[in-house]
Amino acid sequence: MTSREMRSIRNGLLFISPWIAGFAAFTIYPLAASFYYSLCDYSVLKPPVFVGGANYHELLTDPVLWKSLYNTMYFAVFFLPLATLLAIVLALLLNTGVRGMTIYRTIFFLPSLTPLVALGILWMWMLNGEYGVVNYVLNMVLNPLGLQAPIWLQSTAWSKPAIILMSLWGVGHAVVIYLAGLQDIPKQLYEAADLDGARWFSKVRHITIPLLSPAIFFNVVMGLISALQVFALPYVLTDGTGGPARSTTFYTMYLYNSAFRYLRMGYACAMAWILFLIILALTLLVYRMSRKRVHYGG
Amino acid sequence: MCVLLAALICLSGCNIIIPQPRDEYVDGRLRITYWEKWTGFEGEAIQRVVDRFNGKQDRIYVNLVTMSQIDRKALVAIAGGDPPDLVGLWSAGLSQFAEKRALMPLEPFMEKAGMRREAFTEVFLEQNTYRGTLYGLPTTPASTALHWNKRLFREAGLDPERPPRTLAELDEMAGKLTKYDENGHLVQVGFTPSEPGWWHWSWGYWFGGELWDGENVTFDTPENLAAWKWIQSYPQKYGAEELRRFQSGIAGQFATPQNPFFSERVAMIVQGVWMANFIQTYAPGLEWGAAPFPSAVPGLEHVAMVECDSICIPAGARHPDEAFEFIQYLCSQEGLELLNMGHKKFTPLKEVSPEFLANHPNPYIEVFITLADSPNAFYAPLMSMWYEYNDEITPAFDMVMFGTTGPEAAVSMVQERVSDMWVRARASIERRERAEAEAAR
Repeated sequence: MTSREMRSIRNGLLFISPWIAGFAAFTIYPLAASFYYSLCDYSVLKPPVFVGGANYHELLTDPVLWKSLYNTMYFAVFFLPLATLLAIVLALLLNTGVRGMTIYRTIFFLPSLTPLVALGILWMWMLNGEYGVVNYVLNMVLNPLGLQAPIWLQSTAWSKPAIILMSLWGVGHAVVIYLAGLQDIPKQLYEAADLDGARWFSKVRHITIPLLSPAIFFNVVMGLISALQVFALPYVLTDGTGGPARSTTFYTMYLYNSAFRYLRMGYACAMAWILFLIILALTLLVYRMSRKRVHYGG
Repeated sequence: MCVLLAALICLSGCNIIIPQPRDEYVDGRLRITYWEKWTGFEGEAIQRVVDRFNGKQDRIYVNLVTMSQIDRKALVAIAGGDPPDLVGLWSAGLSQFAEKRALMPLEPFMEKAGMRREAFTEVFLEQNTYRGTLYGLPTTPASTALHWNKRLFREAGLDPERPPRTLAELDEMAGKLTKYDENGHLVQVGFTPSEPGWWHWSWGYWFGGELWDGENVTFDTPENLAAWKWIQSYPQKYGAEELRRFQSGIAGQFATPQNPFFSERVAMIVQGVWMANFIQTYAPGLEWGAAPFPSAVPGLEHVAMVECDSICIPAGARHPDEAFEFIQYLCSQEGLELLNMGHKKFTPLKEVSPEFLANHPNPYIEVFITLADSPNAFYAPLMSMWYEYNDEITPAFDMVMFGTTGPEAAVSMVQERVSDMWVRARASIERRERAEAEAAR
């Protein structure tokens, strides 16, 4: 290596050093620290005491952990497909070129800008079992059939569906990405399909979906990661209790309570690493499954 | 990269040394910081006390900072080595801080200042004591009592001036005060143990039970089981499904006019000394009374849950002596009466000025004072893992109210879970004490 190359490497490193320093201080260090703490009995207020794998061992036999993992998976399994489907349908509808389309697009994007806390409080009212507007409408239909609308957040069976319903309000972000993806699909493909006499559904099935697949893939991966970390909404709705009867205790809620309510930071760090591994594994699985199904143009 | 990571992992075990911040002065007076949780009228009351203290002397300036989730913020500040000089905590969370020695013992300060323990109502000092050491002083105390709706009593043909005196009587009255609409739906409930839902853990005490004997978890005693059978009798009487539906309509509406007690949908409720003020705000026309909540055991009288807010000096506070000087003023009769008149509560002192009682806005204030002073007043167990204990009781209570689990199963489930937790917590305490002893050597 010539001295000139050495100098340019040095200068280059110097130029990116603010980023390197920030990355080391705010990402690498916390990451390393959390791994170390996961091997400790650490209460935040006292120096950590090394206990080896005790936290991980306890995780295996903690019924609340399994319950929270079940709740989180339940949420992800229903939320992700529903959100994907809803977002694609909305994007297709918002891409039809009807007059005033920009206004509709804005309207569908707006809810995703609502702060989660405000959204939680609003939905708490709308889903009130006795006086909520949702049940008012539902009961108009159900009561004549001799049925009753569910009591949503106060019921162990319906509290998770209620949170899924609320979360679907935030699909606006995904819709915007799908819209951008739709604009990218070459017009001539549709024209060629028209010449072949393809119907609307065939065009969606054979042109739109395959060419939208990179955007779908991106949204599914991002959606999966955020679904497994669902926190703010159930936390606000239940004041952190995850009630009724732990039916809305999600993984990150239990993690947060372990760290900041029970002062068991070491245990919480171990939970965080397990969640990280779960998310990593599922994301890799999605990658592997997508290889043959995602079509990149160009 | 691996070497770097390994080095970082080792580093994270050490504490990074942070330079000490300097003392700050306001007009030549030492500035000390006081974190408190109160807002609104409660915040104004403590500000008045602080202002008066700042006006009384010229060496110390107390800077009051109001914040939400104060326990979590104090936790981070204490752990980070830069705590405020004073912090207002909840008595129920104090053991957790005390066990980790995150607070300074207050007895040495009291001795130096000549403050007498005997001036305080004993129960409030007990709640601030962890394993024999006093870590906080009570500021705004509270006790709970039965609140009943006199108009609904009259409507149901009951004497509006005579609240129930035994638990059996309460159950019977609750039956008379409960109404259904033509479709068989509950529209008014005499009483339900699920309202307001803040102290699911407390019912055993009215049956002579306790949650903790100082050594062991005592959740599955016959007394507690009797209490949980009584809890179950309510969903059984009203119908679990129907009670849940009713409950879903009133959930989360405490400080609103839709509060079920204000909107006359629940006729009897356990509430604290603060309730009068909320009634005044949200339902000024309500006809109500407050009396001791009746117990299930003959002879067991004046059973009440008590709790308080506490003022503490965090470990590592830089001006503990000045901080205690403020505590001394705050916990004087003048300071506490000023504060608690503003909070519309009573004071944790045995001595009360006649004006305080005469001017108090709560017409039943003496009921609450009597209950706080009762030998049967109880409070959340002084365990460092109390929150975990409580978080096991809550889902068990839900399951009994929903009718999915019987009281026997619920009680033994909680006992088993919490006993395991306690074994683990005790091992953790011992482990940390060993590590500290080693470090000291």
